[in-house]
Amino acid sequence: MKHIKTLTSATLKQTAAKGGCGECQTSCQSACKTSCTVANQKCENK
Amino acid sequence: MIHRYTMKGIRFILDVNSGAVHVVDEAAYAVSGLLTSDMKPECPPRIYQSLSEYPRETVASAYAELYGLYLSGQLFSKDDYLEIGKYIPSGAPIKALCLHVSHDCNLRCAYCFASTGDFGTGRSIMPFEVAKQAVDFVVRRSGARKNIEIDFFGGEPLMAFDTVVKTVSYARSIEADSGKHFRFTITTNGLLLDDDKIAYINENMDNVVLSLDGRREINDNMRKTVSGEGSYDIIVPKFQKLVKQRDPKLDYYARGTFTAKNLDFADDVMSIASEGFDRLSVEPVTSDEDADYHLCPADLPAIFAEYERLTDLLLEKRRQGDKLSFFHFMIDLEQGPCVIKRLRGCGAGYEYVAVTPEGDIYPCHQFVGKEAFRQGSVRDDTLDEGIAHQFAAMNIYTRKKCRSCWAKFYCSGGCSAANFNQNGDLNAPYALGCEMEKKRLECAIYLKAAETES
Repeated sequence: MKHIKTLTSATLKQTAAKGGCGECQTSCQSACKTSCTVANQKCENK
Repeated sequence: MIHRYTMKGIRFILDVNSGAVHVVDEAAYAVSGLLTSDMKPECPPRIYQSLSEYPRETVASAYAELYGLYLSGQLFSKDDYLEIGKYIPSGAPIKALCLHVSHDCNLRCAYCFASTGDFGTGRSIMPFEVAKQAVDFVVRRSGARKNIEIDFFGGEPLMAFDTVVKTVSYARSIEADSGKHFRFTITTNGLLLDDDKIAYINENMDNVVLSLDGRREINDNMRKTVSGEGSYDIIVPKFQKLVKQRDPKLDYYARGTFTAKNLDFADDVMSIASEGFDRLSVEPVTSDEDADYHLCPADLPAIFAEYERLTDLLLEKRRQGDKLSFFHFMIDLEQGPCVIKRLRGCGAGYEYVAVTPEGDIYPCHQFVGKEAFRQGSVRDDTLDEGIAHQFAAMNIYTRKKCRSCWAKFYCSGGCSAANFNQNGDLNAPYALGCEMEKKRLECAIYLKAAETES
């Protein structure tokens, strides 16, 4: 494409099918302890 | 829903519901500002009229590319998750503990949210017997979850080192029979670190959080010893020794706090880096409005500018080969948490609880001492299911302001404790925190793009 470069495509919806295992980090507890950013956490199911 | 922004000459369009992120040129950015969510194959005349400064064919080709994204579900994609009950599993086993092994501290940090260590509940150390009951509690209540996280927190957890050692040993001894895998983290101010404790931590802790605010004068202004001396010169050499001896595959963070007194906190991040640390986190203080270091809305322009300055400094360092990471600029656009995780984010109160030295259970470390939130006790295996359900029921749709926010799938509704502390309402987002979070996300995505291009 001439005008657009896609950095990340539509990945979020694909994760609904296999997601929800509940094994990942559950809060800010192992890191910052005050301000949570879920998007920087790791998926345990990859 | 889309979110458009520019940073340092790069133009971004985020498609909120699909997670797609696009970098676009000037013409496509201009066209995207005039789009409605029901795009048609042909570019509407009003867009040509509004963008008369661009050649018609440029507008037409930019529109065509944007329409292609629309057709492929990467622009104005629908929110599929409104019927949230279809996605969120019922029941949420407790699988993470914040063990307050010490409600005592050997520092007197001016901004401490734990009332200098005891959370206003009196100074005490958790006996191993209580810690053991807490481990048994989480094993019993973790259902099919394999990974159990235990954080040693305080106060200063090294003041209860004996309890820490016995607890790790006990948990490891029951891993095989219980089918669980324990991961340990310790957060320390470093004062009591010695060679033996450093070796123990590096051998047994999956993560260690080292509290350090940055420049010596900034750190020592807030983080003082009981006798009122600065702590910097005592702790930094110990932290350096710990990190030098640590397996690089294991996590650690040098973690600081910034306040209204150091809005030039990018210099603190760089100061920590200059001491030899490469996994960094410097975060906004949580405090009462009457504190003279309290962050307020008037500080936001300076904070935003500082986060942008930090992106430049990090980018420059990384281009020189340094592997610096800044916790809140870390974002995994491809392999991050699933959307189901992102619907309600923090598990405080139902997947994660804090346990005091007396065995009392609270939704998280920031609720400790707030009696209305006391959920039970590990000593008699009681848990108020009502409070657990109250927390489990919250998500980005029950938090009405989150529904219309472009950042909802990145921050997942934020921090219940911050919401309650600032607004008296678990579901009412802490507005200042939201603004900072959104800025950090924009910076994080910018860094991804800038590094891709370089």
